[in-house]
Amino acid sequence: MENEIVKPKSQRHRRVLKERSSKIHENDKKSMFIRGGNTSDIVTTVLKEMYMLKKPNALLLRKRNIARPFEDQTTLEFLSKMNDCSLFFGSHSKKRPHNIVIGRLFDHQCLDMVELGIDNFQSLKDIKSNKCALATKPCLVFTGSSFESDDELRRVKNIFIDFFRGPVVENVRLSGLEHVIQFTAENGTIYLRNYRVMLKKSGSRTPRVEIENMGPNMDLTVRRTHFASDDLFKKACRQPKAAKPKKVKNVSSDLFGTKRGRIHMTSQDLKNLQLRKIKALKRKPDEKKAKIPRKR
Amino acid sequence: MVVRAEDLLQKIQKEQEDKLQSIQVSKNIEVDVDCGNLLACDTNSMDTQRLRSEKEVYLKTLAREGAQLLFNEIWKLPIERIQEAVIAKLPPPTTVLPREKPVPKPKQPTKWEEYAKLKGIRKLKKGRMVWDDESKSWKPRWGYKRANDDTKEWVLEVPRNADPNEDQFEKKMKEKKERIAKNDLQRLRNIARRTGKKVPGVGQTAVAQENKSKTELESAFHVAKQATASLGRFQETLREEKNVKKRGQKRKFEAVTQKSNTEKERQLNILNQMYKKQPQLNITKAVNKEVQDGEVRKPKAGKRKPAKSTKAVKGGKRPKRGKR
Repeated sequence: MENEIVKPKSQRHRRVLKERSSKIHENDKKSMFIRGGNTSDIVTTVLKEMYMLKKPNALLLRKRNIARPFEDQTTLEFLSKMNDCSLFFGSHSKKRPHNIVIGRLFDHQCLDMVELGIDNFQSLKDIKSNKCALATKPCLVFTGSSFESDDELRRVKNIFIDFFRGPVVENVRLSGLEHVIQFTAENGTIYLRNYRVMLKKSGSRTPRVEIENMGPNMDLTVRRTHFASDDLFKKACRQPKAAKPKKVKNVSSDLFGTKRGRIHMTSQDLKNLQLRKIKALKRKPDEKKAKIPRKR
Repeated sequence: MVVRAEDLLQKIQKEQEDKLQSIQVSKNIEVDVDCGNLLACDTNSMDTQRLRSEKEVYLKTLAREGAQLLFNEIWKLPIERIQEAVIAKLPPPTTVLPREKPVPKPKQPTKWEEYAKLKGIRKLKKGRMVWDDESKSWKPRWGYKRANDDTKEWVLEVPRNADPNEDQFEKKMKEKKERIAKNDLQRLRNIARRTGKKVPGVGQTAVAQENKSKTELESAFHVAKQATASLGRFQETLREEKNVKKRGQKRKFEAVTQKSNTEKERQLNILNQMYKKQPQLNITKAVNKEVQDGEVRKPKAGKRKPAKSTKAVKGGKRPKRGKR
């Protein structure tokens, strides 16, 4: 905003620019859901339902945008600049049936993109069960060793966390934890499942978790990918000094959670130590007088 | 009925264990939990056969176990009660995710701010409302309906040495506009300074004659004097004109004839460079080539022939500006 050559003419414009400028503590990422030139029924419902799950921080674009993210990213970059969104969910299906693209942008430049094919799709409506409330922060569960061992899947996991984690919060209401998204990677397929959480009494303080299938469910296969170079990714991950938590010195907590502090003292001056007063050691009045001028 | 204490103790212990069993999950490799993101990562290898035979059931058990482990961790966090809602305080997220926008840079001071700091000039806080004598009320210092508004005067005095036909109102308006334009220009120059771009000097602004300083007038005079076809060579010097030779920058060329030694050295240098088998790396050319190649690879700027760009490194002519 600082280097804006065209000065904002109204307070509203100024506020919008301030909201969109880069900050030390960032806003939650907004995502836009874009329909490509051709979308199958499955892809359209996937977009709609993902939009519903992500709702307060999401934007469903009404018009079709004939964009091919892997060939030309200018459309996406333009749309992200206009809508101040950093994540997108574009889709089209022609040569590649039931195709969706999840990606993220850094500074309105494309950072990472994954193209995913959808199989075995089950919509929210297909499954007859209770659904979780809107705009709950989901719990994410990743299973499968390939999310750690495979370089590609590791980045895909990072994208999924970024995309699905919802708003960053300090506090969470315990009874509001009612949505679990599970990602399982096995044999080149990622199984995405959505569950609703039911908390049962376990007898101890922590409840027993029971889950119920809620939908949307789908099996995803990774098709084309576009990942940022390590340099750019590192640059994008850089945190400002002010955002890092300050180290608290000399305070620690032990196993039982009690706070312990360490205090550093100056060495004790033993000359001024108050001992028992003995009359014999008291200075005589004339001795006192002689000492006074030396003192300040 | 007599109950032995030992039996009772055993029974209670067993009950307790059963209770704990319902929330305990055992895994070979410990599951990573990031409470800040409500995230659990289970890296244990999976039972492929079971996944094939009863996929949904197996996935559900895996999800339940992961969720249970996550919830166990969350319930260990400090828990508060705020207005009938039980709230857990989450730690900051530990998973490293890229930012949306780059880290904001600290604002660079403007030229005035720099000068003010050097001189120790501090900003004084001024109140927003000012007493307006005319209307006997408090009015804003600036902006719409401001106090002591000198643009709303209905009569203006014509100065003694001014042209009587000159419109004083128009003159005042024009001066105000000039001041606004100058301020805007300075703002743009500050932006250019910040972004490291070069900007030409302001030159002479059309501020009224009496407001100009002596140096401003002098520089204006010299600019005007040089603005002839012969660059001011045949302009007459005025009586008390300062002889200013160094104005602007001149290009410098080496003399055609030099001392024999230096000339010989230069020629030998060139010959030496030519006979060296190693190609010399011209960094700027190499960078330019790299940039051009990048453009060629992009589908947008696909019209350039790649054969031409290869020449550039070998020391061929620089491509003309129009073609870049």
